[in-house]
Amino acid sequence: MSTTDAETAAAAVLEASGVSKVFGGLVAVEEVSFGIPERSIVAIIGPNGAGKTTFFNMLTGLYKPSSGQITFQGKDITARRPDRITKAGIARTFQNIRLFKTMTAVENVMVGEHARMKAGLFGSILRPPRVRREEREVRERAREILSYVGLTDDVMDTVAANLSYGDQRRVEIARALASEPSLLLLDEPTAGMNPQESASLTSFMRRLRDERGLAILLIEHDMKVVMGVSERVTVFDHGQKIAEGEPTEVRENPRVIEAYLGKQG
Amino acid sequence: MSAIRQRAGGLPGGLGRHRDAVAAVVLLTAAAVLPLFYSSASGFIDDAITALAFVVMALGLNVVVGFAGLLDLGYVAFYAIGAYTVGWFGSSFFNALNGGQGVHIGVASGTANLPGFHLNFLLVLVLAAAFCAAGGAVIGIPTLRLRGDYIAIVTLAFGEIIRLIAVNGDEIKIGSYMLTQGRQGITPVDKPNLPLLGQFTSLDLRPWYWTVLVLVAIVLFVNFRLRDSRLGRAWIAVREDEVAAASMGVPLVRTKLLAYSTGAAFGGMAGAFLASYQNTVNADQFEFSFSIFVLAMVILGGLGSIWGVVLGAITLSFINTNLIPDELAPRARDVFGEGFDLTELSFGIFGFLLVIMMVLRPQGLLPERRRQAELTEGLATDEAVYDARA
Repeated sequence: MSTTDAETAAAAVLEASGVSKVFGGLVAVEEVSFGIPERSIVAIIGPNGAGKTTFFNMLTGLYKPSSGQITFQGKDITARRPDRITKAGIARTFQNIRLFKTMTAVENVMVGEHARMKAGLFGSILRPPRVRREEREVRERAREILSYVGLTDDVMDTVAANLSYGDQRRVEIARALASEPSLLLLDEPTAGMNPQESASLTSFMRRLRDERGLAILLIEHDMKVVMGVSERVTVFDHGQKIAEGEPTEVRENPRVIEAYLGKQG
Repeated sequence: MSAIRQRAGGLPGGLGRHRDAVAAVVLLTAAAVLPLFYSSASGFIDDAITALAFVVMALGLNVVVGFAGLLDLGYVAFYAIGAYTVGWFGSSFFNALNGGQGVHIGVASGTANLPGFHLNFLLVLVLAAAFCAAGGAVIGIPTLRLRGDYIAIVTLAFGEIIRLIAVNGDEIKIGSYMLTQGRQGITPVDKPNLPLLGQFTSLDLRPWYWTVLVLVAIVLFVNFRLRDSRLGRAWIAVREDEVAAASMGVPLVRTKLLAYSTGAAFGGMAGAFLASYQNTVNADQFEFSFSIFVLAMVILGGLGSIWGVVLGAITLSFINTNLIPDELAPRARDVFGEGFDLTELSFGIFGFLLVIMMVLRPQGLLPERRRQAELTEGLATDEAVYDARA
């Protein structure tokens, strides 16, 4: 066990050590240490309320950890502002889709490119050639990313609220990709999808890793997706990491079975 | 639904933007020749100047409330700061300055011998914008961690603080100088002296009119440019979902403060203009009701809708300066007797108008498509609906 930990630490794109989050008296996440190797797909599973999303929110800066340290590509990003973390190269999607509903698909993705753009207040007002060029490039790139995630041309200028559920999920991933992350966090990406859609998302995740060299961390309930796509699985229960390893070994782990099915007589 | 889809599709640099540019040129040109048909000191031009100054204010507030969705109930503070910039840098208020000789930069010979600070009006405008931009950031900082109604309360308090400082400024001494003249007011203040237009007087109102029209053109331009920009998208994102916006790389503090500062700068410019036009800077002008008045213009026209806000500002301003005192008040006197002064009920009338609007057309006279979608299709988060109603 200790050797595998050391190995992941060596090539980890993200490393959390002893991270805790306490809300009032409630310990939501307790002393979790965790690493994501480069170009890998890692899943976090666990029952509802196990602290998975809280952990996610600490990685992306929405919550400040009560203790512990998070490093990303060798830099300490503990309790940094969310926009800084995004700029550093971590992007995310949300469990319940949080698109900007009145913006079109393209505009949503353009917001995702915000951190990569330079136009400031006066640049936006005076719109010199370099700002015009930037606007045009960002718009074109947004369309490219949208077609990469499989959105058809005819709905790219549709306001997000009018998109189908599947397309909304796609736009959310496109928006996250727009910041050119090296780590992508997906919070229950297949929620509400049918088996075919889940399967195509699974293969899309592999494509992202292989073509774009991304590391992906996902929270997922669908075991078929988890077992099919992830190289490593981490199991949370009551805010603690109770197991970690390859999908098959985790599945056999008695503590995991207990967490999911309750204690067997 | 399909209408929204089509219009959304037309946005990127296409038809929508061209139509706005053409409309702006046509309307501004028409507005520029309008005073030639009236006598140079007519009541109409007087009312129009006030209305245009309110257009500048309302479009400034539109950046804060309409674009960024930050409810600001203390906008009068920037009217005050802008006005006092004229009071300080364009009058004999600091009369002992430079041994009673005064300091003069770019002013006409008539004012060049007066004691106190006398800067050219353009410089005063720039200073007013700069002071208010800084003031906007100051009011912004404490509101950053707040949402919705709490922002409203803090901004309201800020407006009141500035007003109370203005009212009691004659007791606040900096060296041998008072900060303000309190309720007495700083008067007279310098009238602008600008290239092409020469020395402004109270007999020929046209130069005033054209000056404020240029300010309107500038604030219109800034509104349009910002709406379709990186910053404009960031404001919409923050308005719709702060958490998602921050997670997409939008820095919340910077983005919000830029909205406050931009809006405040225009409030300051309009304030400086009005102070010079009215020839006085009096602490009693900076009432809370003024903030509500400007906010009502934005809401009446349509939050975030640039043309809507222009229409709302002109409509309410004319109701206030023309319709109520000149048309309705005499009739009300006939009905209710000599002692009845309808102008004292002005704000009651505006309140009533707003209530009617909220019932019949909550999206405003010329709604912005996003707000329209939020209100009519239930796209909004609770908070956005709240803002739209406030």
